[in-house]
Amino acid sequence: MSAIELTKLTLRRSGRTVLSGVDAVIDEGEFIGVFGPNGAGKTTLLQALLGLLRPESGAISIFGQPPLHGNPLAGYMPQRRAAMAELRLTGWDVVASALDGHRWGLPILGAEGRRQVAWALETVEAVEFARRPIQHLSGGEMQRLLLAQALLGKPRLLLLDEPLISLDPRYQQAVVDLVKRVQQALHITVLFTAHELNPLLGAMDRVLYLGGGRAKLGTVEDVVNSAALSQLYGAPIEVLRVGGRIIVVAAHGEVEAHAHRHDA
Amino acid sequence: MPIATMLDYDFMRSAFAAGLVVALVAGAVGYFLVLRHLAFAGHALSHVGFAGATGAFLLGLTPFWGLLALTLAASTAMGLIGERLRGRDIAVGVILSLSLGLGVLFLHLYTAYAAEATALLFGNVLAVSDANLRALAALAVVSLLGLAAISRPLIFATLEPELAEAKGLSLRLVSVLFLLIVGIAVAEAAQVVGVLLVFALMVSPAAAAQRLTTRLKTGVALAVLLALAETWAGIVLAYITDAPPTFWITLLSSGAYLVALLVPQRLEAASTRP
Ligand SMILES: Nc1ncnc2c1ncn2[C@@H]1O[C@H](COP(=O)(O)OP(=O)(O)OP(=O)(O)O)[C@@H](O)[C@H]1O
Ligand SMILES: [Mg+2]
Repeated sequence: MSAIELTKLTLRRSGRTVLSGVDAVIDEGEFIGVFGPNGAGKTTLLQALLGLLRPESGAISIFGQPPLHGNPLAGYMPQRRAAMAELRLTGWDVVASALDGHRWGLPILGAEGRRQVAWALETVEAVEFARRPIQHLSGGEMQRLLLAQALLGKPRLLLLDEPLISLDPRYQQAVVDLVKRVQQALHITVLFTAHELNPLLGAMDRVLYLGGGRAKLGTVEDVVNSAALSQLYGAPIEVLRVGGRIIVVAAHGEVEAHAHRHDA
Repeated sequence: MPIATMLDYDFMRSAFAAGLVVALVAGAVGYFLVLRHLAFAGHALSHVGFAGATGAFLLGLTPFWGLLALTLAASTAMGLIGERLRGRDIAVGVILSLSLGLGVLFLHLYTAYAAEATALLFGNVLAVSDANLRALAALAVVSLLGLAAISRPLIFATLEPELAEAKGLSLRLVSVLFLLIVGIAVAEAAQVVGVLLVFALMVSPAAAAQRLTTRLKTGVALAVLLALAETWAGIVLAYITDAPPTFWITLLSSGAYLVALLVPQRLEAASTRP
């Protein structure tokens, strides 16, 4: 069974069409890098997969089912963390808050709940700093906690929205490697949005490029080349390969700055 | 006056009982109020209550119920504004001053005794009647049960609004329910320290607790204990010295917060054990 099937999917946001007529099939166990300039619709797509945004037209199928608000099969790591930065609570408490956090009642975890939190923290190698207040954690440590949180409930699909944002290159690679290890250990499907292609090159099975309301899914060779990207963006794009790294350049400046800007 | 005979007086026993009830509610609710960065909104709610209480004077009703009614109405409105309430200090401040202004007008029309206005503004825990005490206890039960019922989603929505929403939680519902509970807590706290000084029982102990521990449950317990210790100690000191209890409570709660600020980071690390 495929993990995700998009059929003629059109998504609109405040009257603006963000994606239109997108077709894509993602297999179970794939690691997909999702790229595109700011505003291309990466977050919007993830939110539609989570059932937070209803398609204008077309269909989404997740493990054969339509998207479901609160789907236990999908683990999610949101892009924006408004409340987080100045918290003086421990990582453990923050991670644990997501375990059945939508249910009414007292936040009593019980032995089984504590086991699940401990499992998630071990899986992302965050045990040693989980007792520290998150205020004092580095960006990379923070991302590991958020990943642990997304793993609670053992989802089969992980939707990670810009986990590399504001990390320096060394930590970027560490986070990608960690996600890859987790993905392989648990045999789950991963959608990983990012602005920078290179840290993900070793980890991705395929890429999904979004731009100009359209999408292109395929291997790095098939999608990240001048012809394919120029067609997607409707502007001339050059792709250079330098010592195992890929550099995407717009022939006329504009697109490149947007397409692969570091959001640090 | 000799401390030994303190509990021989009805008004002292009532004061301690009211202090206990109010500290439980104000400490626990206050913890989440501070966690959600809504301290100022809580402060403003009590001022809306002032207009309600003085309006009730005018209509010949019990001021406490007027205070509670208007506070709850304002809570609902604030809850509906929801997450966008953050950073709306100006709007909240404008409503706060308008409420005080209305309160002054109502007092003027009622030509109330200054004593009643003072009690409303600064509280009078030494004059809690039995009926008052029963009402405080009943409302405390309601608000604490309510807080227990929403605590898990409240924590989730506070720490991780985006994720909570994705998991199917209505942030707005959580926000409205919580602010209704805050409304009750504010009305309770106003009985002890008055509408102007609700901060002393709801915000300072909670903020001190959050400085002293990084564990959530420990933090709630500590906020309650601090609020209770400050209130009871304030009542005892007022009994001994003749200065009003509200003065002592605000002094102790500010002092506790100051001490919490000065606690070195080392203790903080020690308190992070599970
Ligand atoms: N909550 C929202 N309400 C209305 N419009 C929105 C909302 N979120 C995003 N949009 C709009 O939808 C479009 C796609 O935004 P989206 O956040 O999905 O892009 P993105 O690819 O994730 O960008 P970024 O790289 O900046 O994260 C943008 O034009 C944006 O302005
Ligand atoms: Mg985005």
